[in-house]
Amino acid sequence: MANSFLSIEKLTQRYPDGKGGEFTVFENASFGIEKGEFVCILGHSGCGKSTIMNILAGLSEPTGGVVKMDGFAISGPSLDRGVVFQNYSLLPWLTALKNVTFGVAARFPDWSKQQIEDHSIAFLDKVGLSGDAIHRKPSQLSGGMRQRVSIARAFANQPKLLLLDEPFGALDALTRGTIQEELLKVWSGTDQTVFMITHDIDEAILLADRILLMTNGPLARVAESVEITIPRPRVRTDIVEHPNYYAIRNHLVQFLGKRSAELAGQTSEEGETHSPETVRIDKTQDAVDEQPILQAVKT
Amino acid sequence: MELLSENKRAAIWSIALLFVGLFVWEISISAQTINTGELTEYELLTGAGTAKAGVPPPSEVAVKAWQELSNPFYDAGPNDKGIGIQIGYSIYRVLTGYFLAAIIAIPLGFLIGMSSVAYKALNPFIQVLRPISPLAWMPLALFIIQDSEASAIFVIFICSIWPMLLNTAFGVAGVRIDWVNVARTHELGAFKTAFTVVLPAAAPTIVTGMRISIGIAWLVIVAAEMLVGGTGIGYYVWNEWNNLDLTSVIFSILMIGVVGMLLDAAFGLLQRRVAYVE
Ligand SMILES: Nc1ncnc2c1ncn2[C@@H]1O[C@H](COP(=O)(O)OP(=O)(O)OP(=O)(O)O)[C@@H](O)[C@H]1O
Ligand SMILES: [Mg+2]
Repeated sequence: MANSFLSIEKLTQRYPDGKGGEFTVFENASFGIEKGEFVCILGHSGCGKSTIMNILAGLSEPTGGVVKMDGFAISGPSLDRGVVFQNYSLLPWLTALKNVTFGVAARFPDWSKQQIEDHSIAFLDKVGLSGDAIHRKPSQLSGGMRQRVSIARAFANQPKLLLLDEPFGALDALTRGTIQEELLKVWSGTDQTVFMITHDIDEAILLADRILLMTNGPLARVAESVEITIPRPRVRTDIVEHPNYYAIRNHLVQFLGKRSAELAGQTSEEGETHSPETVRIDKTQDAVDEQPILQAVKT
Repeated sequence: MELLSENKRAAIWSIALLFVGLFVWEISISAQTINTGELTEYELLTGAGTAKAGVPPPSEVAVKAWQELSNPFYDAGPNDKGIGIQIGYSIYRVLTGYFLAAIIAIPLGFLIGMSSVAYKALNPFIQVLRPISPLAWMPLALFIIQDSEASAIFVIFICSIWPMLLNTAFGVAGVRIDWVNVARTHELGAFKTAFTVVLPAAAPTIVTGMRISIGIAWLVIVAAEMLVGGTGIGYYVWNEWNNLDLTSVIFSILMIGVVGMLLDAAFGLLQRRVAYVE
């Protein structure tokens, strides 16, 4: 893990609890993410997912621990780490296109105006936005279109790592479906690494190579790392037919429904690190076996 | 009537009200002049009768307006200048004082809005200085600056600075953290962030402050010019009052209103340009 593309080492976050003491969101959390991986993180509200993401983005400093990308500790935000925020991340006084060129101009300062615009239009087109819609202000776009602009802005900058905080949280199921496919389309064929927060189990299974499961806070842990053993390209309607789909889904539901609470609130010994257990569920290996095979490997 | 749009109906009402108002004014003046009758010797001496009889009907004001506006820029000595020249002087003073205030208030407002230390450090001064009537500065300004023109400009400066300063600070402090984070994740420097994110985000609030300021400045310039004299619309009103030329007084009051309205409308236009919907 120490030589992963992104390595999170002994990350600890504490906040004052408002009563003079402090409470620990998570402590000594450690995990790694490989280059080109698509990782989703699932956990109950308030467990600290956004806190982790803001630290990865460099927008906030952890109480303890380091995050290394390509072997170097990160400090502060960087154009190498693009962020799609859940809300309000578009600048409302700029048109959709200008919101994207804003980012591209910052990323490629020596490009010509025309180059910047062409590049931005190309990425808006990839997420299904073209024509006069790109000249409208965010307030004149639907929620789905706004989130598309936001995704286009992040991908147009071609960051090494993309951080998405519940990008589809505010969207209806139909729009979600379309944008999820667009997201996969933009991501596949790049070597970009994606770290995404979501509340939606099916979305996580559709998108991710690996799902990190967090226990409830305070003192949350990244307890498991579940591999999604469903081959790509994945299509929403087809993957539900795959023998692993429901096995994985059940495992996730079990975790979020029961074990996330049971495992919560454990304090740790001084200097102990908490790495997630790797869980690999693959029924295609042994289709006769009724029980899903659980191979718990300590990483 | 129902075929007409709301705006058209409102316009008809406005015009009707205008004519009713003018009519009542005209009627009451002619009734008054008839009633004046015999004046006692005392009334003649104090000029009471003359002043009363001097309130002109709208028709006279209209004639006066026509004369003045057909030749607004004549200059026949210190006490006889066209209305255009007088208003020009006033606008020049207002704009000079106003822009000096803006140059200081907007950057300072940025500082106060961005840094809570700066806010806390400067707030006591602002709270004490802000409620002071701008005209209260006049004697001090005249004494220190020794120049009536510059003193008037200073008074405009001091009265326009507060709304701009406070609104800028308020607008800048209220910029959504998400937008600032967008700037941070794009590695924009402090100046780039200030100009491409904070300024447009706070612009509606800042321009509102600027609009309030220009309104106050225009209110204050009339009083300031009455005090310092020489030129300007405020001096003109006072001078015509001394000449007991009430027709000119009423005409210039109207002109003050019209210019104030135009200044406000200009900022209204700017406000619409920088507005955005979240
Ligand atoms: N600035 C802060 N000061 C104090 N406590 C904070 C702060 N930011 C977050 N917290 C606390 O840290 C915990 C984790 O918050 P976080 O926003 O990371 O949750 P989350 O997992 O993203 O939840 P959700 O799914 O609802 O977005 C919460 O208990 C929250 O109250
Ligand atoms: Mg969150």
